[in-house]
Amino acid sequence: MRFIFKTDYDQDIRIFKHSGYWYSYSILLLVLAAMPFMVGTYLQSQLVFVFIYAIVGVSLLILVGFTGQASLGHAAFLAIGAYTSAWCQQHGVPFVVYFPLAGILTGVVGVMVGFPALRLQGIYLVIATISFGAIVEEILARWESVTNGNEGLKLRTLDIFGQTVPRDSPGFYFLCLGVLILVIIAALNLLRAPTGRSFVAVRDSETAAKSMGIDIAAAKVRSFGISAAITGLAGCLYAHKLSFISPEMFTLLLSIEFIIVIIIGGVFSLHGAVLGAIFIVMIDPFLTALKDDVPTLIGNLWAFFGADGPTAQHVQDRAASIASAPGLKGAIYGLIIVGFILFEPTGLYGRWLKIKLYFQTFPMYKAATFKRQKTYVKSERNR
Amino acid sequence: MSFLVAENISLQFGGLKAVDQVNFAVEKGEIFTIIGPNGAGKTSIFNLISRLYNPTSGKLFFDGEEFTTAPPHRIAKMGIARTFQNIELFDNATTLSNLLVGRHCHATTNLLQEVLYLPAVRRAEFEHRHKVEQVIELLDLEPFRDKLISGLPYGVRKVIELARALCSEPKLMLLDEPSSGLNVEETDDMSFWIRDIRSELGITVLMVEHDMSLVSRVSDRVMALNYGRELTTGTPAEVQSHPEVVAAYLGT
Repeated sequence: MRFIFKTDYDQDIRIFKHSGYWYSYSILLLVLAAMPFMVGTYLQSQLVFVFIYAIVGVSLLILVGFTGQASLGHAAFLAIGAYTSAWCQQHGVPFVVYFPLAGILTGVVGVMVGFPALRLQGIYLVIATISFGAIVEEILARWESVTNGNEGLKLRTLDIFGQTVPRDSPGFYFLCLGVLILVIIAALNLLRAPTGRSFVAVRDSETAAKSMGIDIAAAKVRSFGISAAITGLAGCLYAHKLSFISPEMFTLLLSIEFIIVIIIGGVFSLHGAVLGAIFIVMIDPFLTALKDDVPTLIGNLWAFFGADGPTAQHVQDRAASIASAPGLKGAIYGLIIVGFILFEPTGLYGRWLKIKLYFQTFPMYKAATFKRQKTYVKSERNR
Repeated sequence: MSFLVAENISLQFGGLKAVDQVNFAVEKGEIFTIIGPNGAGKTSIFNLISRLYNPTSGKLFFDGEEFTTAPPHRIAKMGIARTFQNIELFDNATTLSNLLVGRHCHATTNLLQEVLYLPAVRRAEFEHRHKVEQVIELLDLEPFRDKLISGLPYGVRKVIELARALCSEPKLMLLDEPSSGLNVEETDDMSFWIRDIRSELGITVLMVEHDMSLVSRVSDRVMALNYGRELTTGTPAEVQSHPEVVAAYLGT
């Protein structure tokens, strides 16, 4: 196990706490850089979705994980970013202008959502953000002069300074990867500065935060604005990746998918956003593969244990019909979320930390290391 | 004018008068204690001073300036820090970041600087950290620096809360029952620290406390409350022997 001898305040501020991280993250970066040249178009395209979902995940972590404000309206922020980009592109605005513009505009909308949200907490805030999502969806469908209504908008190939970047090219992959890395660095910077600490303070105790000089309203509005702005950037990339956007893509279901990203990844660290994004994007092809292979496997097993041909075939067909039943995917999603909330509330990243600690302290690992005392009763008087 | 002045402040919840026309003045460099039975309105007075509640009537002055209508987040900047009766720490953060939050009222950097983490932000962080380390040393919190609050025992949390308030470099400290839930030794430590805070750091202390031995050891003046009304104010010995105070605690 590594013990870090601290001799400098900077050691607590640095993003990489010790040299080991430099090595592991450089290797990760190299692998990611080599990816487009090693894997096929399909996997590369899946990775692009991982990056986009991870960007949204980071934005949600800032709002939900670190400020403690629930949101089920992030699909709407994504939509605003996407539609801003599509509209700007149609009107001849270059990418370098409309990409930041998508972020800024969505950020402004986020701030406007943040103000009414100041008075709401918990489940009521969830309801309010759901309604916000519904309103945006409706506006997108009705405001036909700008959004082209339910017919949706087509985007042309991404164009940076006259250089076209097709949505399946390695160039687009690197663009998304670059944006993700920059967003993560910006979020980390924020979290190790006074603003980030004020977010955490608001999450854990509003009363104490107030008396420590934190303007709760400002902190919440800021958090909403920042989170929305990052999602807006993701929206721009999302629109270009799909090359076609329409209102029914940005429904409540997408917002729920984003929340799943951080619940499964882990809400206490930015790693969670990336791990959750990998999980949510990669589970789809995995489930599809499972759907194709499992019935055959069951049929073969049945035959192996002595069933005659027709019986085995019958069992295999039954399994296939169950596997292709509509709504099975949703049910499996639901089971996975419930499982995570019950058995691993800290998500994939929490599990990873436990595995890491097990090997670091090899024969000495205690399962109780991550158990926490029950929290003491907090004063609700000043709410 | 005295350092902290409360002029006829009242706080009413419907028909209940939690604080009723209370007057008091805390002098600079003094340790002033408010005592009283449960529900006497002691914590309500604290919440009025830290502006978590709006007074129904009356005025509050700090250092010659009225702050009856200031927003709660301005109070820390004015130089008033407080602790809470039922510990209000940021549970899922480390001791260090809790203490750094205490420095929030001295934050000078803006959002853009922080996102880019410009050298100014790092310099400011170093300064905050330096101050935090001084407080950590004063209150012997070194072993808990990187520990999450949710894993620390009650007594330590109590001290961390005191430390967090100290980190904001206040001129006036409001301590809400600093010894509640502490054992005899911890209470002794607390009484030394309270006196150190006054004598070494020059911070005026306004305290609510039930432990009369602690009260008489550290306070210069004591005010007794009952049912939101002031009974008497004076030295600890005077207040303890005052017939109305005795009646309030023991019943008549």
